[in-house]
Amino acid sequence: MSTIRITYREALRQALREALFADERVFLMGEDVGHYGGAFAVSKGLLQEFGPERIMDVPLAESGFTGAGIGAAMAGMKPIVEIMTVNFSLLAMDQIFNNAATFSHMTNGQYHVPLVIRMSSGIGRQLAAQHSHSWEPFFAHVPGLIVVSAATHEDARGMLPTALQSKDPVIIFEYASQMNMEADLPEDAGAVDLRKAKVRKEGKDLTILTYGPGVFKCLEAAASLMEAGINVEVIDLRILRPLDDATIMASVAKTNRVLIVEDAWKTLSLSAELSTRITEQAFYDLDAPVHRLCGVEVPIPYPKHLEEASVPQVADIVQLAKKILRHD
Amino acid sequence: MKELKNNSEVAGQLLFRMMQIRRFEEKSAEMYTKQHIRGFMHLYIGEEAVAVGIIQALKEQDYVMSTYRDHGHALAKGVSSKAIMAEMFGMMEGCTGGRGGSMHLFDKSKNFAGGNAIVASHLPVAVGLALAAKRMKTGAIACCFFGEGAAAEGEFHEAMNLAAIWHVPVLFVCENNRYAMGTPLELEHSIDNLEIRGTAYGIESEAVDGMNLLAMMEAGNRATDYIRNTGKPYFIVASTYRFRAHSMFDAELYRSKAEVDLWKLKDPIAEYTRWLMQHQLISEEQMAKMKDQIEEEMEQAVQFASQGNREPVEQLTRFVYSETDN
Repeated sequence: MSTIRITYREALRQALREALFADERVFLMGEDVGHYGGAFAVSKGLLQEFGPERIMDVPLAESGFTGAGIGAAMAGMKPIVEIMTVNFSLLAMDQIFNNAATFSHMTNGQYHVPLVIRMSSGIGRQLAAQHSHSWEPFFAHVPGLIVVSAATHEDARGMLPTALQSKDPVIIFEYASQMNMEADLPEDAGAVDLRKAKVRKEGKDLTILTYGPGVFKCLEAAASLMEAGINVEVIDLRILRPLDDATIMASVAKTNRVLIVEDAWKTLSLSAELSTRITEQAFYDLDAPVHRLCGVEVPIPYPKHLEEASVPQVADIVQLAKKILRHD
Repeated sequence: MKELKNNSEVAGQLLFRMMQIRRFEEKSAEMYTKQHIRGFMHLYIGEEAVAVGIIQALKEQDYVMSTYRDHGHALAKGVSSKAIMAEMFGMMEGCTGGRGGSMHLFDKSKNFAGGNAIVASHLPVAVGLALAAKRMKTGAIACCFFGEGAAAEGEFHEAMNLAAIWHVPVLFVCENNRYAMGTPLELEHSIDNLEIRGTAYGIESEAVDGMNLLAMMEAGNRATDYIRNTGKPYFIVASTYRFRAHSMFDAELYRSKAEVDLWKLKDPIAEYTRWLMQHQLISEEQMAKMKDQIEEEMEQAVQFASQGNREPVEQLTRFVYSETDN
């Protein structure tokens, strides 16, 4: 299979184009997705190609247009709502939590909300406290939502088409800091599953669980650890709700040691949930306590050195992994 | 209402609908007192002309979205009194399978999209229903009822603006009953002519006497004609009043009995009945027959609800996610 070199941004755009071609009910709406070309240039050129009914610029009204997406989905359309960044998603939280997440169950299965919400996320571009967030855990808390994290090019390309097949609302987290990052994808790359976590690197000494920007950081750390003779397994959780316990526990049974890495604040984070599940389901497989490396509990400051100190870095991961394995 | 004067059958049906809603609400209060109904329950007594006047102008395919004070809208859209009573009893035979209770009546087969209990949260959703109707060319209108309390929420303003920008067939109906729970209009809003908020967004808007069925019907017909002809939104503010407390927990400390009594003089059912009598469109005998028929219907609704079944606990999480893959 031949591969193509592609940026993360281009992978996202290809997925959008394909979805718009595949189904007339699909349309994209969001702030600056049309004339501006998308805040991160993901939808650049799509307005010209598909017209204003399929690529809808909307006013700055997150609750309003997210709610409209919910209504359109209930009535048979397939809306893709882009919330420019996760920071603004709190303005739409009422719609997402009280409506999108409840309608199927609350109406006894009469109405469904086949809506996809994409939002750009992440910390690390010196955007300071109000534009630097890892809020995946908020969304992953809510039953009725499917919450996924597109850490890799493969998932940037493949999560959207699968999400559009769902009858339930799917939240896709994308990562702004990776937009220009290049990778090789198979020429026929397309839809991926939305059920399983994925082992991004196999190993036997330690299981590292992570998602989002943590994936590339952990892979880099894994390469560095390999040089020190430590062979870690890196699992990209991908699906943050519902969590894929089976893949996680199988890895724990193999390595007997776990480190969880995420940018989100530690308290009540995904790592808290994962750690509890591992204790509940795989306690006797463990040779060491579960360790966590999370964001420092602070509004993210602007200066680069303080921003970097706020979230786990590759060196932190390497250091802690060595400590867990008593190589330090 | 010339057409109505020539059609005593329809004229009578409209009275029947208002009387049915009122009697249903009285029965609901009784069932609440007997603890067959629990949780929050909000009665529509006094506001019947709004739901009946507007919904008579809608077609089957048109959507109705309502608030937590939704019994009247549900009945007017054709949801059966049995299914609503069973819903409030928490039975599987209820229109929402017993899962929603009084505040979350839904019936997709009637295009009745709830029963939405976060104030103003359903306005953007109604805009979305209308957007889909426009895109899919179904010809359907989305009609969205809400209280004047909602007009202070951001989602009201966002929804108005979106509907106006997108030219979608949505009918916003504000039931201005003068109190957001217990907070009077003058403490809620900087103006008392809320219809100009629609005008401000470039939406065709009008204020209507919500205690007068004929006025509400005319407004409903005007609005739906306009929407069907232009595809654009329309905003109606109905001036109305609830004769009962906000909910079953409300001690009504915020308004005087004298004020309530004054509004009761404008009872929409009494007013419409007088009009029917005046134009000899109904007889005392027909009225008595209607009352009996409604009484019988209410007894049957209660009986149906009482004989309902509780959803097995094993099904608790059913439909948290759709079941297409099972």
